[in-house]
Amino acid sequence: MTPGAGAVEVMRPGPFATIQDLGRTGYAAVGVPLSGAADLRSFALANALVGNMPTAAAIEATFGGLELRAHTSVVMAVTGAPCLVTIDGSAASFGAALSVDAGAVVQVGSPRRGLRTYLAVHGGVDVPAVLGSRSTDVLAGIGPPALGRGSILPVGDVTDGAVDPPIVHPVPADLTLLVQPGPRLDWFADNAIDLLCAGPYTVLMESNRVALRLHGPALPRRRDDELPPEGLVRGAIQVPPDGRPVLFLADHPVTGGYPVLAVVDEEDQWLAAQARPGRPISFRARA
Amino acid sequence: MRVLPYGSRAVLAEVDSLERVYGLVAALRREALEGVTELIPAARTVLVRFDPDVISGPALATWLRRRRPRPLAWGSDLTVELPVVYDGPDLPEVAALTSLEPAEVMERHLKGRYVVAFCGFAPGFGYLVGGDPALRVPRRDTPRSQVPAGAVALAGEYTGVYPRAMPGGWQLIGRSEAALWDAQRDPPALLSPGTQVVFVPETAR
Repeated sequence: MTPGAGAVEVMRPGPFATIQDLGRTGYAAVGVPLSGAADLRSFALANALVGNMPTAAAIEATFGGLELRAHTSVVMAVTGAPCLVTIDGSAASFGAALSVDAGAVVQVGSPRRGLRTYLAVHGGVDVPAVLGSRSTDVLAGIGPPALGRGSILPVGDVTDGAVDPPIVHPVPADLTLLVQPGPRLDWFADNAIDLLCAGPYTVLMESNRVALRLHGPALPRRRDDELPPEGLVRGAIQVPPDGRPVLFLADHPVTGGYPVLAVVDEEDQWLAAQARPGRPISFRARA
Repeated sequence: MRVLPYGSRAVLAEVDSLERVYGLVAALRREALEGVTELIPAARTVLVRFDPDVISGPALATWLRRRRPRPLAWGSDLTVELPVVYDGPDLPEVAALTSLEPAEVMERHLKGRYVVAFCGFAPGFGYLVGGDPALRVPRRDTPRSQVPAGAVALAGEYTGVYPRAMPGGWQLIGRSEAALWDAQRDPPALLSPGTQVVFVPETAR
């Protein structure tokens, strides 16, 4: 931490909070996942609101419940799953730049809808990078540890001179994701995409930053042989032998061994990261 | 070569052998196509990630379809010795599946001259080929929720060593104390595509 630089202290991390940025590129060939913010759109918005470069690291809070104390005066913004935000007990704006005085306590409540809330600090969170990224990867076990009570987060200087007026996308109550055919469409029965889109599917509790695991109609395969391992992408919908789809998120493994039926459109991938366990999720095919 | 669609930032190029995967990777590295951000070689495919602001998906697919990748033998000069103790919980099951004695499984596994075909699954996990075909066994019907770090395992034509404790469905025949992954080390991965690997009995060291 450079002398005179800012810092914030984690008073309460909530159920699960990590540091995230755009993730790690260049190490996939030795098996290192991309990782990065699960909801890249809300993450980018938080950085834009405080005048950061897109590469700055921010906090990703799962189910809210975050409480921070500013050691120095800082500018913050809270985006993603909408929560009540307070500064020293007074209501503050969600989705806007907030001035926080030194010593003030910022509380982020539980989200009314959605799952992941982002908190960016002007200058970015400056914890040490691992392989070029400050993201915590829960699958690979790489990156900074999850936030704990008493974690001190130094503030960096990853700022941008000019700020474009950011566009706020509220997290919708109903999640419907646009999908396009994936690389192994021909491994499935003709009606597999129709069945996926007809649903209904529910997000299972064992979902995490690696993948959404879905409960709903099984997607029938045409072939039962084993697929040799092949590369995966964020948004890939893979179907294991039991037919229940698995939708990969930020910390997906580099390769997978089951066929990918469809891929969530890039425009809708942020919505997958806001899907709550126990809640419905639906899909529609690109026309 | 088939070029399969894979979202708006990647395409999957499929060829008919691992050697052609290497040939294609070599061609892609040589040409250094602008906008290609990452290559992920696997058993029969290369996942080509790209930046759609620099190169369009259809243009990249067209470029790939015009390639005629020649088979290329892979292998760096680097040979890594992995010490192993054959006491895995699935050793009896593997022996039963292959109609061999457990001691023969160990012997045949030690005789293999392996090469890292590709990496994936987890940081530092190499898919090793070059093992005895008699040792090809299917994955377990029910994956374990926790496989210990260092577990030496078999699945299909591959052998591998788990770099860290994680869920997994491979058949566990032994364990190695080698540090396959250390983020503080440069490079962090002990094995990378092309690395040659031999297993040596722990006691012989």
